[in-house]
Amino acid sequence: MSKLRWIFITLIMFILYAPIIVMIVFSFNSATSTSVFDGFSFRWYQNLFQYGGDLLGALRNTLILAVLSSLISTVLGTVAAIGISKMRSTWVKSTVMSVTNIPLMNPEVVTGISMMLMFVFVGKMLNLANSVNFFTILIAHITFGLPYVILNILPRLRQTDKHLTEAAMDLGCTPIQAFFKAVLPSITPGILVGFIMAFTMSLDDFVISYFTNGTFQTLPLLIYSMTRKPMKPDVYALESIMFLLLLVLMILLNVIQSEDNKKKGARLKK
Amino acid sequence: MNKTKSGQVVLNAPYLLWSAIFIVVPLLFVVYYAFTTANGSFTFNNIINFFTNEQYMTVFWRSMLYAVWATVISLVIAYPFSYCMSKVNASSQRMLMLLVMLPMLMNLVVRTYSWQQILEKNGLVNTLLESIGLEPIQFLGNAGVIIFGMVYNYLPFMILPIYSSISKVDKSLLEASNDLGCNTFGTIQKVILPLSIPGVLSGITMVFVPCVSTFYISRQFSDGNIKMIGDVIEDKFYRSSVPDYNIGATISLVLMLIILISLAVVNKFSDDDDQTGGVVI
Repeated sequence: MSKLRWIFITLIMFILYAPIIVMIVFSFNSATSTSVFDGFSFRWYQNLFQYGGDLLGALRNTLILAVLSSLISTVLGTVAAIGISKMRSTWVKSTVMSVTNIPLMNPEVVTGISMMLMFVFVGKMLNLANSVNFFTILIAHITFGLPYVILNILPRLRQTDKHLTEAAMDLGCTPIQAFFKAVLPSITPGILVGFIMAFTMSLDDFVISYFTNGTFQTLPLLIYSMTRKPMKPDVYALESIMFLLLLVLMILLNVIQSEDNKKKGARLKK
Repeated sequence: MNKTKSGQVVLNAPYLLWSAIFIVVPLLFVVYYAFTTANGSFTFNNIINFFTNEQYMTVFWRSMLYAVWATVISLVIAYPFSYCMSKVNASSQRMLMLLVMLPMLMNLVVRTYSWQQILEKNGLVNTLLESIGLEPIQFLGNAGVIIFGMVYNYLPFMILPIYSSISKVDKSLLEASNDLGCNTFGTIQKVILPLSIPGVLSGITMVFVPCVSTFYISRQFSDGNIKMIGDVIEDKFYRSSVPDYNIGATISLVLMLIILISLAVVNKFSDDDDQTGGVVI
């Protein structure tokens, strides 16, 4: 029974990883093909760093965008989560939560289109030459990153003791000091997980960027424009490196969460 | 009192403003464009046009059908998979979770392109088939391969919520059911299945929504011959020589309504008070 279980799990995993395995294998191909393997070489990795200016430029753009947007959504989202957790009126709270969930539930195409329509409309009114540009794609990425941050912090705020802030203030803290000393440490894991989620979503986003980018080229968009012709394996080389990066990020995320769970377990035992 | 109130405003104002301007207002623009003509006067014609145009209707029903198939197939694979996953030891479970999530963080475009290389006429699978003396199969261009592409892409969205609800089932319930004479299948049917319904429902919405609105996968796997709603929206905004924002917005609005309705239906079946569930990527 247990053997059958592992066979099934392995089979599904194999299907999930098939295209990624193919990608990694062919990034080491010595020929230009992405379907016939000729021999092992580092040629495409060398090629990538020597001549892959477009790809690396797009990668740089993607990273700048991901770092900026996820940082801003983390700050904005953390403040928002604290604000939401303090709301008294239940209908205001549930309205705000429904709006927060919109970017998660709405199809990405619709989110992208809706933002583009607004940006183009405003651009026309202000007579701008480029109504979609770096700032619009940044706004779009911040917006879809926010729910991940907020929804990861809210449950932690619910778990933190309400009297913690009061206690800190009784002991002479100002409200702001009380926040930094008493509340922030207990929600930090949530903030980190939210930040990493927002970062990875931004890194990989194709659909929403596609409608809000203007001339700002990110890696997924550049690769999309390349797939109209047969692609060269240097794209595979770059994506294999990205895979490694994501793997490290995910392991990090996992460590943060399991450390946090251990702490929680310890607290419960006391 | 006054001080806490102003504190509240400071905390809430930035996000409320942000979400009003960048979430709510854009959606109003979709509605605005859907109900106006190119020169801005009010009209119902876009909506009527969409529902009476045979071409649009074909694409519409095709998207629904493919999305339903993809959702059903994902469920049939994900449920036993999640069950198996919940049965292995704790550290393997965590590792498997990570492995399930990782592929969906990879670039959609590259993964789809890579599948194309595997499935194409002279691709890896056909080379393999020929080497053992079988006839090559034409995969690309079929409805089946597009549905496969969607299942592949969104399967993790089905696995994660189902797995999390199965793994939350109290172990003592399983023992009790065993003691009361149920075999493994009886326990699955009478204990695990009913308790994992919320996970199943949220999996269904999380797969159906991106499937029905998918674009790119269908285009890539059928060389542009089989279109889905998402492809038509993209055409209207980007690919036609004369972009038609109004009909594009109309189709987006219809898509949004379909999703609202399907969410409402699913919510009706689940009385979830479990808001602590959080999000899965």
